[in-house]
Amino acid sequence: MTETIERHTISVLVDNEPGVLARVIGLFSGRGYNIESLTVAEVESGAALSRINLVTSGPRMIIEQIKAQLDRLVPVHQVSDLTEEGPHIERELALIKVVGSGEARVESLRIADIFRAHVVDSESDSFVFEMTGKPGKVNAFIRLMEPLGLTEVSRTGVVALLRGKKSI
Amino acid sequence: MIVRCLAELGVEVMFGYPGGAVLPIYDAIFKQNKIRHILTRHEQGAVHAAEGYARSTGRVGVVLVTSGPGATNSVTGLADALMDSIPLVCLTGQVPTHMIGNDAFQEADTVGITRPCTKHNYLVKSVEDLPRIIHEAFYIAGAGRPGPVVIDLPKDVVMAEGDYQEGAYTNDSGHRSYRPRTEPDNGAVDAAMELIVNAERPIFYSGGGVINSGPAASTALTNFVRETGYPITNTLMGLGAYPASDPQFLGMVGMHGTYEANMAMAECDVMIALGARFDDRVTGRLSDFSKGSKKIQVDIDPSSVNKNVPVDISIIGDVGTVIDAMAAKLPNKSGGKSDALQAWWQQVESWRKRDCLRFKQQGDIIKPQYALQRLYELTRERDVYFTTEVGQHQMWAAQFLKFEEPNRWMTSGGLGTMGYGFPAAMGVQVAHPESLVINVAGEASLMMNIQELSSMMQHRLPVKTIILNNEYMGMVRQWQELFHGGRYSESYMDSLPDFVKLAESFGANGIRISKPEEVDDAIRTMIETPGPFIADILIDKTENVYPMIPGGAAHYEMKLGPDHGELEEKAEDGMVLV
Repeated sequence: MTETIERHTISVLVDNEPGVLARVIGLFSGRGYNIESLTVAEVESGAALSRINLVTSGPRMIIEQIKAQLDRLVPVHQVSDLTEEGPHIERELALIKVVGSGEARVESLRIADIFRAHVVDSESDSFVFEMTGKPGKVNAFIRLMEPLGLTEVSRTGVVALLRGKKSI
Repeated sequence: MIVRCLAELGVEVMFGYPGGAVLPIYDAIFKQNKIRHILTRHEQGAVHAAEGYARSTGRVGVVLVTSGPGATNSVTGLADALMDSIPLVCLTGQVPTHMIGNDAFQEADTVGITRPCTKHNYLVKSVEDLPRIIHEAFYIAGAGRPGPVVIDLPKDVVMAEGDYQEGAYTNDSGHRSYRPRTEPDNGAVDAAMELIVNAERPIFYSGGGVINSGPAASTALTNFVRETGYPITNTLMGLGAYPASDPQFLGMVGMHGTYEANMAMAECDVMIALGARFDDRVTGRLSDFSKGSKKIQVDIDPSSVNKNVPVDISIIGDVGTVIDAMAAKLPNKSGGKSDALQAWWQQVESWRKRDCLRFKQQGDIIKPQYALQRLYELTRERDVYFTTEVGQHQMWAAQFLKFEEPNRWMTSGGLGTMGYGFPAAMGVQVAHPESLVINVAGEASLMMNIQELSSMMQHRLPVKTIILNNEYMGMVRQWQELFHGGRYSESYMDSLPDFVKLAESFGANGIRISKPEEVDDAIRTMIETPGPFIADILIDKTENVYPMIPGGAAHYEMKLGPDHGELEEKAEDGMVLV
């Protein structure tokens, strides 16, 4: 039995009804699974379906167990392990506040340009940057902003889709 | 509307306890005579009674309780039903929708509290949704792996005028998102049969799933296993799926299962798990569980597969259907058993010869095993159902009562709920009014739901209770003796009632005995006396349950009883073989 820890991105289609998110979160906390990131929003208003994207990590057997447990929930329509199903895109949106002046302020703008982050709020001594990208890219940007006056970060968590014409 | 809806769903009995939030439903019950309501004395009793009803009939058990404390009192029963896969629908009252969240009188977040201990739950927000939800709840409770479903009913929704059309709701089209798979994958069945046919040291290991699949699955299992000539063991929940008197049956598996069953599980080359979930009481230390075997697991719930023990072939489907599919592919056997199978049986028989359940009834003190052996002998020809509480008496009952058919044995396996057996027996008796229903109890467990004796009197349910009374929480005492240096912290049952007088105070009858020669007469008296009866049997206070896989040990490291010469045991075949 290999105990290597794998990181999986899982998309779950659920009925858009009260309590469904609590069921999913309760499952993870009750059974001691990890949640690294979780996003949820309605995606098909006609069919009243929401999509939950979650990133979790654990040994192979636990990942399989997580999928089986999710699939067992009554309002769950479909569980797709994007990590397994093939190449997929993961994106995250982050708002990053940097407070400072002088050279640090200019430097933060320069780096934002490299990372294609936009300034969405600006005052004489602060910026709020908006950026989207893979979690790793967001992490890198935040790390670079730390010495330049980073004060606050707000992130959405991962949303993900399969590449190509295949859909879940 | 709710009552009409339930009646259309074929509900004949419900167990419950009224209160403010469900008064309108009780009013509707008063005005009809299709559904019988059994008033219990505590909501937990109502849920366990519904479990007993469901487990002994295969139908969905129905519970009706009020909001707040009514709902919270039912939680233990719901958790029990979830662990043991018992189909229930529990209707809970709720404060009116406009008062939800205001800390109203008798308000509790029932949907929140019961979410992790139900298969699914609903808060009904509008009367239009009510019939659909009730129909859906019955479908979900019974479909796939069964379980409890809660429907939380705000009082204003219950009181609203609604139009109920009989026949308008069916589940023929299935649920929009919940569709458990029942038909197996053919390729997997073929692969499994390949292993099964060529096995040299096979064992069937079947569990509660076979019982839940229905009596036909037990029949199919019995025929299939006989056809193969392979040995079979049952889990605690699976007892009765295979006739206990059959020579191919090795007894129960697990912590207090038989030596031969556990050794065969450890030493087999092919293990065929049917509706069983590799519970920790079965596997012992996981890293040493049956290391040399290929494992096949059949289960209707994909999350039961590869949860504790990785298996080589998994088949998702209804276990009865899968057994049929397997049996159809079993080649006609020419001649007798193969050499390998014969050698395997010789090995199994040598384990069986250890006679792991052996005990000595001598002297003036009643051994619990003796009492149960007599109980079995004196009831075996009858139409009898057994329930148990939880603890030593439960394990002895599992070892010494023999079941020839399914749905005759009701016990709390997964959750291990003390106080289960007495109300469960009440539910069984409601379903089978003419049958003999016996609850095997310990005195400590019985005290947890003794109030239901009053319900039994009211509804004329002649449940018989046999107490194996050792004045201790016996299983707690046993573990304290074995693992805590004999420090019997809080396990002595001080100030026990006089159970005979207690029975009499409710208008029932009882008897107390302490001598072995009195056992037979006491059991006969219990059976022959009309109405509920409590037989209080004072047993050996120091008796422990053996054999035993100590907590944390491997399943081949079974400890046999003191009569077996425990120490030399370890040097013998038990250790050598694995």
